[in-house]
Amino acid sequence: MQVNGYKPKIVAFCCNWCSYAGADLAGSNRLSYPAEVKVIRVPCSCRVNPMFILRAFQRGADGVILCGCHPGDCHYTSGNYYTRRRMALLFSMLDYLGIERDRTRVEWVSAAEGAKFAATMNEFAEKVASLGENKRLEDLRCKK
Amino acid sequence: MQRIGVFVCWCGSNIAGTVDVAAVSDALKSEPGVVFSTNYQYMCSQAGQEMIKEAVKEHKLTGIVVCSCSPRMHEQTFRKTAAAAGINPYMVEIANIREQCSWVHKDMKEGTEKAIVLGRTAIAKVHLNAPLVPGESPVTKRALVIGGGIAGIQTALDIADAGFEVDIVETKPTIGGKMAQLDKTFPTLDCAACILTPKMVDVAQHEKIKIYSYSEVVDVKGFVGNFDVTIKKKARYVKEDVCTGCGLCTEKCPQKKVPNDFNLGMDNKRAIYIPFAQAVPKIATIDADYCTMLKTGKCGVCSKVCTAKAIDYTQKDEFVSEKYGAIVAATGFNPISMEKFDEYAYSQSKDVITSLEFERLMNAAGPTAGKLLRPSDGVHPHKIVFVQCVGSRCAACAEKGKEYCSKICCMYTAKHAMLTRDKYPDTDVTVFYIDVRTPGKQFDEFYRRAVEEYGVHYIKGMVGKVSPEGNKLIVQGSDLIANKQLKIEADLVVLAAAIEPDRSARPLATMLTASMDTNDFFTEAHPKLRPVESPTAGIFLSGACQGPKDIPETVSQAGAAAAKVIGLLSKDKLTGNPCVAHSDEMMCNGCSSCEKVCPYGAITYSDKEFRGPNRTTLIRRVASVNEAICQGCGCCTVACPSGAMDLKGFASKQIMAEVDAICK
Repeated sequence: MQVNGYKPKIVAFCCNWCSYAGADLAGSNRLSYPAEVKVIRVPCSCRVNPMFILRAFQRGADGVILCGCHPGDCHYTSGNYYTRRRMALLFSMLDYLGIERDRTRVEWVSAAEGAKFAATMNEFAEKVASLGENKRLEDLRCKK
Repeated sequence: MQRIGVFVCWCGSNIAGTVDVAAVSDALKSEPGVVFSTNYQYMCSQAGQEMIKEAVKEHKLTGIVVCSCSPRMHEQTFRKTAAAAGINPYMVEIANIREQCSWVHKDMKEGTEKAIVLGRTAIAKVHLNAPLVPGESPVTKRALVIGGGIAGIQTALDIADAGFEVDIVETKPTIGGKMAQLDKTFPTLDCAACILTPKMVDVAQHEKIKIYSYSEVVDVKGFVGNFDVTIKKKARYVKEDVCTGCGLCTEKCPQKKVPNDFNLGMDNKRAIYIPFAQAVPKIATIDADYCTMLKTGKCGVCSKVCTAKAIDYTQKDEFVSEKYGAIVAATGFNPISMEKFDEYAYSQSKDVITSLEFERLMNAAGPTAGKLLRPSDGVHPHKIVFVQCVGSRCAACAEKGKEYCSKICCMYTAKHAMLTRDKYPDTDVTVFYIDVRTPGKQFDEFYRRAVEEYGVHYIKGMVGKVSPEGNKLIVQGSDLIANKQLKIEADLVVLAAAIEPDRSARPLATMLTASMDTNDFFTEAHPKLRPVESPTAGIFLSGACQGPKDIPETVSQAGAAAAKVIGLLSKDKLTGNPCVAHSDEMMCNGCSSCEKVCPYGAITYSDKEFRGPNRTTLIRRVASVNEAICQGCGCCTVACPSGAMDLKGFASKQIMAEVDAICK
């Protein structure tokens, strides 16, 4: 994925039970999405501390996407409800800081939705690539 | 510093086709802490595993990174290899370079670059891995089966025959479920009662089975192997252990106008009743909504005629607490309400009935003693129209019906048509269908017999409207093959109503923390490979609560669920998941944030003594996690404002290290 010659860095947090399995299914079905997307496996989307997302931006990520089970389907009953509320708060803070809204996203992807995972990643990567480099939150001291 | 070994798998050409595996293992060799890096065709093979074991010995490895397929595939395999090589199994991390790299990227350069980053990420995580030891918990060797239909009965019998105690909880006064209401069963046409009631008697007489009839599960706590369940025994105003089931009270009760739900309201029963002759347990129950004594305090006939002195008008709901190791959901199904399908005139005419009502009409123990008579005037119908897919396969009308195929309707409609023609050859039978779906042993043969031998008219097309006219019903439908509109006069219209999960399933799923699909059917742990287990450990699924099923399928699934339960109960101890939350007591400020978000109630607070300044003792309120209850979701770790709570195996530092490695 390149827009204007820029390849973004994208971190995707995926819950182990639904979205990570959905990502695996996208693989089994050979549905391609940009190689810039790299997945970190977490037990539940509610394990993702907003701090991790800020850390990713600080270290130079251009976009962060968080995927979990559909509301009502959380393996741990209610984890994704917490995720939804926490991310609403984090995103409003990022708005306040002037970070483009399209650099972050929460998506519910079930273990059966390999196609949705690939489509989401394609769409998200394209948007992030068109926004270009994340300069606002990147910590230049982290750059070599 | 860890001594890390990196093992890059080719997976034949699955990975090596798009990823330069040699370049990956070379690139990862120079990562900090990596003392050994290699690649091999099939890491999961015996030879690959031996290679890992030898490398552990030779290079004194403390951590292992395997760049291979998804951890969902072979994480356990490599953990076992690590354990066999003498290092803690939780010192293994997998970099998923197949499902999430080689299979989704076409370009070799891109794939190789990504694989290197993924490998580096796993290495960064392993640096912070700590050996983990799973906890153990005992298993209560007793199972609970919720629902006493054929699914619950078969599951309970199979578990009990293996020597474990089983309790059945059934909301109705008797077990038997839907099958007890049926007349004959396809494709062999043996009578439902003849094959079901002996099983019901087996359940009643089995020394290992206890039946809680007219009871509900109201609370479930605990976890696999150790569930604490509260069962509400609803007041039936009859002493269970005293009632002999003689039935005298049900004959003498003066309140005769109680709709008989067993016959779907097509006739009446008394306010004190036994649902049917072969009920198990055969105990009378008083319907409190209709009993004159309970409502006004004036009557008491049943109490006077009862020679066993079993009637107790003061009985209250009773709550029983029991411990179980495994729970089986067997809550079954119901036909959907016909409220939203008024084009078929179900509410306007008594002669438009559902298939289950037809089943009761044909049943020798039903309201007409097995004679096929119209509910409106008791006259024998000469022209019957069956309408299939009423509310099933309603993709376009999802707000009215169900999107799925109810699976059993094609077969039971063929059965009804055949039985009608067999008993009453003077009756003309027409079936409207969208498709006839008869996959199953001897099923298609059965359907063809209905058409070829019994002369049932099958018309491909839907019925648009049924309108009562005098004592007839006018059925308007289309014949798609002849491409014409039809107007048929009928005496009786039978609707094959879609089936839906029982209403009790949704609140039960919440109590069990078992997941459901959008139609309220229980979800299985894996649709193909683990079809009788819920994703929640210790919860098993039996029968139509998991999806529409006929009797043969239900019985086989019930047996499969029982086998899984037996497998669980035959263990003395269960090994837990070591990736659980852990609170650092020195950092905890006792704010209770974690306790509030924990879905399992695994976090408790207690006052503990700590050393304060100047040799004083401080008492502080701190959180502690019950490792046997914690399922490791990590919700508390984010709720904790002081950072005291962390998740083993997915620690904040580990995830941050992964983030850093990806963003490098």
